Amino acid sequence: MSSNTEISSSPQTTAGLSTDKRSQPARKSVSRPQEMNVLIGLVAIALIFEILGWIVQGESFLFNTQRLSIMILQVSVVGIIAVGVTQVIITGGIDLSSGSLVGATAMIAMSFAQASTYARAVYPSLTDLPVIVPIAIGLGCGILAGVVNGALIAYTKIPPFIATLGMMVFARGVAKWYTRGQPVSFPTDSYAAIGDGMNPVLIFLAVAIVFHVALRYTVYGKHTYAIGSNEQGARMSGINVERHLVLVYAIAGMLAALAAVVISSRNLTAQASFGNMYELDAIAMAVIGGVSLSGGRGSVPGTVLGALIFGVILSGFTFLRLDAYYQEMIKGVIIVAAVVADIYRQRSRAKMIDKE
Amino acid sequence: MQADIAKTNSPERPLNTGSGRVVLETRGLTKHYGGVRALSDANFVLHEGEHVAIVGDNGAGKSTFVRQITGVEVPTSGEILFDGKPVKFESPVDARQTGIEAVFQNLALADDLDVPSNIFLGREEKILPWLGPFAFVNEKKMRERSIAALETTGVKIPNLSSSLRHMSGGQRQCVAISRAASFASKLILMDEPTAALGVQETTQVENIIRRLKQKRIPLILVSHNLRQVFNLVDKIWVFRRGEIAGMLEADKTTGNEVVSMITGVADSGVHENASYI
Ligand SMILES: Nc1ncnc2c1ncn2[C@@H]1O[C@H](COP(=O)(O)OP(=O)(O)OP(=O)(O)O)[C@@H](O)[C@H]1O
Ligand SMILES: [Mg+2]
Repeated sequence: MSSNTEISSSPQTTAGLSTDKRSQPARKSVSRPQEMNVLIGLVAIALIFEILGWIVQGESFLFNTQRLSIMILQVSVVGIIAVGVTQVIITGGIDLSSGSLVGATAMIAMSFAQASTYARAVYPSLTDLPVIVPIAIGLGCGILAGVVNGALIAYTKIPPFIATLGMMVFARGVAKWYTRGQPVSFPTDSYAAIGDGMNPVLIFLAVAIVFHVALRYTVYGKHTYAIGSNEQGARMSGINVERHLVLVYAIAGMLAALAAVVISSRNLTAQASFGNMYELDAIAMAVIGGVSLSGGRGSVPGTVLGALIFGVILSGFTFLRLDAYYQEMIKGVIIVAAVVADIYRQRSRAKMIDKE
Repeated sequence: MQADIAKTNSPERPLNTGSGRVVLETRGLTKHYGGVRALSDANFVLHEGEHVAIVGDNGAGKSTFVRQITGVEVPTSGEILFDGKPVKFESPVDARQTGIEAVFQNLALADDLDVPSNIFLGREEKILPWLGPFAFVNEKKMRERSIAALETTGVKIPNLSSSLRHMSGGQRQCVAISRAASFASKLILMDEPTAALGVQETTQVENIIRRLKQKRIPLILVSHNLRQVFNLVDKIWVFRRGEIAGMLEADKTTGNEVVSMITGVADSGVHENASYI
């Protein structure tokens, strides 16, 4: 890279002209995919825990199927949300509402998924419904919340941070109000099957593949990146930026609701506190995975790797028998570190561009 | 000195001033931003096959004028007639569907996308278009057509699939111009297309403009470079403080006269050192 910079300063252009840009070779050396760096990071962190495992615990960290499957399961639910958050961040936005939306939509979906054998169902006359009903209602509520987020951001120009912060507080309120704080339990067998076994992992992977394809190969993806790169330019190129933002936030809302369905199904209950702080975990996964908070950059595979790093670190500390309090503190450090790393990446890129 | 420049412009340049069908006309075109009168009562005419320049000091309203014509903004008042018919562009898409393309001063490129995605931004070649926003992008076709579009500009871009962020200012500018030039069928507007370019790139852009002239596609060129203006266009429209100060025919005026009109100061040869030239 440094050699490139040297080449670029070779005085090919006539002196006195304001720019000397054209002698730049296309800087291919920079374009090692960000995902590759994240993957290297993942392997390095896993190896560190492996070594620590042998030193501290006298056993392997990685070669323990039970630990690995627990880790991947933990990561999957938040990972589903992170895929949505990734798309929001690529447009240059942020979504703080996803965690609370998990709480609200879990309560709502579960209330339509209860079995008739349970005497105290929320809607006693609406029990034993086909499994598609709670799913559709749950996802529908998530989409609705996302549309509200997107419309507020796109049409009233409220900063995404504020709009989704409002939704975050509002949705948590809905979650508590819905049953006056009571948990909703006893789903039908078919609803309980959704999050059973390794299903959450499969759902996470399916979601990741679908939205990777959408971002990489469809018009939707091109426009998502274009808006994050240059919103005004996207508008001048004829992209309906407002409508597109609504769509992106709607998808994020839908994926939060999907995570809610999975988690409530797996736990056989829904509680108003579900999804607490998931929004930050999801943002951290995306940022660790190379999604830039300034928009335009990042990918779903990056976020999946970011989710794995997140999972490895947390389960690594559990493995080392670190106190739960420390774990929360470490999570905080990871989130800040990821954002600092992003800012650092932006700066070094800005420097590179200045040098042109 | 300026007189010399005026004389050096190519003699074979067709003299179609004032002749031919009117392609674009504005009547009393006005744009206010809050209290700022960026453009007032602009009456402008452009004929078939004609290349014209818009010159004027910073803040004279040139870019504002371009934005009204291309549907980026909606004028406060006034009329735009295209091919003799009044038009009301609500968005750049409307203007583009009419065959009007533009290279904006700030380029309107997405730096995180590659060259074909930028050239086709907002009008991608689609596979399975019924999927709506989730229609797949025909990368192969876009790539082939981008190569063809760039070839007509004579610009070399080593790697089409790297993102624009990795390209020089000149290369990015050429992508924007190729995009406009390859889609324009009725009219093309360029807002300071060579402002940030080196000598060679400027020549390339000027050649693209000459080719458009051969194809008889009308052009509105916003430029601060009077040498370029005299070399390329038939007419010079001078903007001053949001108003059209006047129109001069390139081969019947001098650089000095243009500069006087730009500044609004009656000429006395004081502009010999004007940095415009
Ligand atoms: N979006 C806007 N909001 C408010 N004022 C604006 C806006 N756009 C332009 N203006 C004002 O309108 C006037 C004309 O601006 P415009 O960009 O058209 O000038 P210009 O002739 O293109 O100048 P330059 O040569 O610097 O590009 C300026 O005073 C500018 O400050
Ligand atoms: Mg301008």
